[in-house]
Amino acid sequence: MTMPLFTTGDDPGSSFPELLKRVGLHTAAPTAMSTDLMRELSVPHATTCVALTYADGVVMAGDRRATSGNLISHRTMEKVVQADRHSGVAIAGAAGPAMEMIRLFQLQLEHYEKVEGSSISLEGKANQLSMMVRANLQAAMMGMVVVPIFGGYDLRRECGRLWDYDATGGRYEERDYVATGSGSLQAGTVVKVGFHEDMTRDDAVNLAARSLWEAADADSATGGPDALRGIYPVVATIDAQGWQRLDDDDLAARYEAIVAEVRSR
Amino acid sequence: MSMPFYVAPEQMMKDRADFARKGIARGRALVAVRYSDGIVIVAENPSETLRKVSEIYDRIAFAGVGKYNEFDQLRVAGVRAADLKGYQYSRDDVDARSLANSYAQMLGTIFTHEMKPMEVEILVAEVGLVADGDQMFHILYDGTVMDERDYAAIGGDAETVSTRLAETWSDGLDRSDAIALGMKALGGPDREIPLEELEVADLSRSNGRRCFHRLSAAELS
Repeated sequence: MTMPLFTTGDDPGSSFPELLKRVGLHTAAPTAMSTDLMRELSVPHATTCVALTYADGVVMAGDRRATSGNLISHRTMEKVVQADRHSGVAIAGAAGPAMEMIRLFQLQLEHYEKVEGSSISLEGKANQLSMMVRANLQAAMMGMVVVPIFGGYDLRRECGRLWDYDATGGRYEERDYVATGSGSLQAGTVVKVGFHEDMTRDDAVNLAARSLWEAADADSATGGPDALRGIYPVVATIDAQGWQRLDDDDLAARYEAIVAEVRSR
Repeated sequence: MSMPFYVAPEQMMKDRADFARKGIARGRALVAVRYSDGIVIVAENPSETLRKVSEIYDRIAFAGVGKYNEFDQLRVAGVRAADLKGYQYSRDDVDARSLANSYAQMLGTIFTHEMKPMEVEILVAEVGLVADGDQMFHILYDGTVMDERDYAAIGGDAETVSTRLAETWSDGLDRSDAIALGMKALGGPDREIPLEELEVADLSRSNGRRCFHRLSAAELS
């Protein structure tokens, strides 16, 4: 391990991306590549994620499929991940840059917390992610778009909060719910119709699970629950106690209920 | 052009060592004690905000005594080195031994080459996946590294504190016993350190990925 030391004027402070630049580990965005060439690479794409607020916090959910064109390239991808104790990110778009962005984001939150001795505020975290999406703009223009959702529990305001982003790093706070990715139209509509304020955790989780079901039903790039392989979407809630991911048995039971309801129509 | 006076190298090293030792002796000591589930670090620190003990990585903690700005600089360098290594390789590749070596290199170089040695003594502790993997490294102002197994004391009057620990430490302590033992060793037979002047943190195997945990006043009493 080499000790990174800096003079006062050159110190990267508590920023991990800045530190990477200083030590030369920062990878620059690809520059001279055409959109056609990028398509030929057939980079896997991650798809549908939704998030909504409920009485005590937020629910975040995402399917597990990644596609390269019309092929399914991964069945067990995790697009909804914990960012730190009280926040999570859901990502849709080019899987490679998206996963790297998540990794850097998680590291940045932890790095800041360790260097400064306290965590970034929830809004500060949303801002950090916005900068990372903006840094990806060059790649986004060549088809490697990454559009995350950020959600978490604001310990100061004591409520759950949600943000969505556009490819340029634009950051928009949403009050009730948000959906991203290829199945976002279907998933977003289901949440929109079923949403009401101050839902219970249980109802909010059911609504999120249902929205992914409908998205998978209509969008070929969104994966549904796979009972055969035991693969279920990632669904997690974040409240004052922190991040909590629902286990597969719980989700299996919820999807069975959805199947029974669909069958009885 | 002025000629500097000749000073024998032995004298120069001795002067520097004396200078550093004097600075360190002014501060209060801290101890690290191994217990059944990890390592607990107890420091005498009247400040609520300027920490002596902190987290470096998932399983690694840092503790420093002496001049605050100097050991804090070392702490931040350690966090950076660990995070960079974990990013470049894997989280599993970050270990206390190589971190301790880097610290030793750095302190050694500063001791011989800079105008003034660092007036610090630091401790790098790591909890293993099993008790056998627990490690502690005690690093001095001149880059000397010592590895300790069951307990370590650094700072002013560390030798006396260490002797007290040697008399009382036993294998298989639980956390509260380990903390009590550390407090006793720091305070000595005829002084009890008030809780508000203690800084306690532990590295616990059962704490999930990030083993480091700072104990609040409520958890201590």
